[in-house]
Amino acid sequence: MSRLLVSPSPHIHAKESTASLMRDVVIALIPAVLVSVVFYGWKELLVLAVSVLSCLVLEYVITRYMMKKENNTLCDFSAAVTGILLALNLPYTTPWWVVFIGAAVAIGVGKMTFGGLGQNVFNPALVGRVFLLVSYPTYMTHWEAPQSLFGVDAVSGPTPLGIIKEGLLQGNTVPQLMADNGLNYGQMLFASVGGSAGEISAIALLIGFVYLLVKKVIRPHITLSIWATVAVVSLIFWLCAPDRFTDPLFNLLTGGMILGSCFMATDYVTSPMSVKGGIIFGIGIGFITMMIRYFGSYPEGMSFAILIMNATVPLLNMWFHQKKYGRA
Amino acid sequence: MTRKQLITKGFIKDNPTFVLILGMCPTLATTTSAINGLSMGLATLFVLVLSNMAISAIAPVVPDKVHIPVYIVVIATFVTLLQLLMQAFTPGIYATLGLFIPLIVVNCIVLGRAEAFANKNGIIDSACDGLGVGLGFTLSLTVLGIVREILGSGSVFGWKFITGDGMLAFVMAPGAFLCLGYLMVLFNKIASKNKGA
Repeated sequence: MSRLLVSPSPHIHAKESTASLMRDVVIALIPAVLVSVVFYGWKELLVLAVSVLSCLVLEYVITRYMMKKENNTLCDFSAAVTGILLALNLPYTTPWWVVFIGAAVAIGVGKMTFGGLGQNVFNPALVGRVFLLVSYPTYMTHWEAPQSLFGVDAVSGPTPLGIIKEGLLQGNTVPQLMADNGLNYGQMLFASVGGSAGEISAIALLIGFVYLLVKKVIRPHITLSIWATVAVVSLIFWLCAPDRFTDPLFNLLTGGMILGSCFMATDYVTSPMSVKGGIIFGIGIGFITMMIRYFGSYPEGMSFAILIMNATVPLLNMWFHQKKYGRA
Repeated sequence: MTRKQLITKGFIKDNPTFVLILGMCPTLATTTSAINGLSMGLATLFVLVLSNMAISAIAPVVPDKVHIPVYIVVIATFVTLLQLLMQAFTPGIYATLGLFIPLIVVNCIVLGRAEAFANKNGIIDSACDGLGVGLGFTLSLTVLGIVREILGSGSVFGWKFITGDGMLAFVMAPGAFLCLGYLMVLFNKIASKNKGA
């Protein structure tokens, strides 16, 4: 990294670099990518390829020709991570040019406008995703039966959160909707519920998360505080009115919860530096997500919640700054 | 400053929207298409020129303690005039712009020019100043409207050049902020280049 980091002593030398950390994130995303390609077939592969390639190309073009920097940031894998995360956030039926627009917004608006890696306020992949969700709602909420690679028996329809949201509007109750649509937790944990590529398999994402924890690439406090908040908030509502509100396990396993809490909220650049700040950050994400899921007009609120809390990170960093060594 | 400079300063150097960052509310809200931006700009231009002239004429006799209420009454008179005229002759645009026509009364550009220029200068100079600032405002709103319409609906002044929808976000509020930000960068870059030369 070219930027000089100033922090209170003591300092230790470590062999980690941006590139090695980002490479670990790519490795951690491999199970989720494999599952999505197996389930959704070559179309998903196309979305992934377009997304990653356009992120890399755009990053190079912008740093080289618009910011006129000599040292290119391609080798640090950060653009590739943005590309993979963006692709995992899209339905596999997204046309290639929509994916390209998403990548352009992610890298151009979400990252480079602020000055590139380390300067961006918002998670670039989520900026791209939310932009597409607002701009092309027809493509972004269109789910088709998958054409899987090896004939895996995959059934796809609207996302579980979408089913519940629609059903409640028509006056049905939650338990009835779960039974009618054959929603069960085993299915959500392993695969084959409708949704974007990163939503289909909680287990594949969790494997990647555990890898990151073991390699000490990320610390678990943000993820855990999101999960705890979601569990507590949904438990309270569910106990009060089980017909109207979904239960905690459902909320933890569906939608972008796992992908968002493990890979997007924990992004170094856009999350608070201190543990206390990170916990507050996670509580905010969990709470906003649940409010959008229960009372908002969108079925899923994870990406909005992370973006909203990203905006508070400078404040959280100010409030919970690191104690100087040797002082109380 | 000569009269010619008064009229041209609003385009780049003292552009009210992109350089001085005034009048953000109508700028963000009415520029969903090129024609809306242009009409809002022209409506404000009309009020600016007339209120600048009237205020510069009455300024010597207005007591200092009540000058702001008096200016607001003058501005509101011209806005009401404009509102009735638009209702009669351009009902379509009047319906689209809706609330933002009466809101010209509280547009800070209009009161700002009255306070900063019209009450200390002659009638002709004030008219030129109003014209310059108004043209600058019209230019920025039209440019913003064109950019948002191209990206958001795939058309220019209603002439569609793609099939299907554009990027809807640009027609909505987030797109307004995004375009405004990038156009500010562009205009400030041009303004700083002109200063250097």
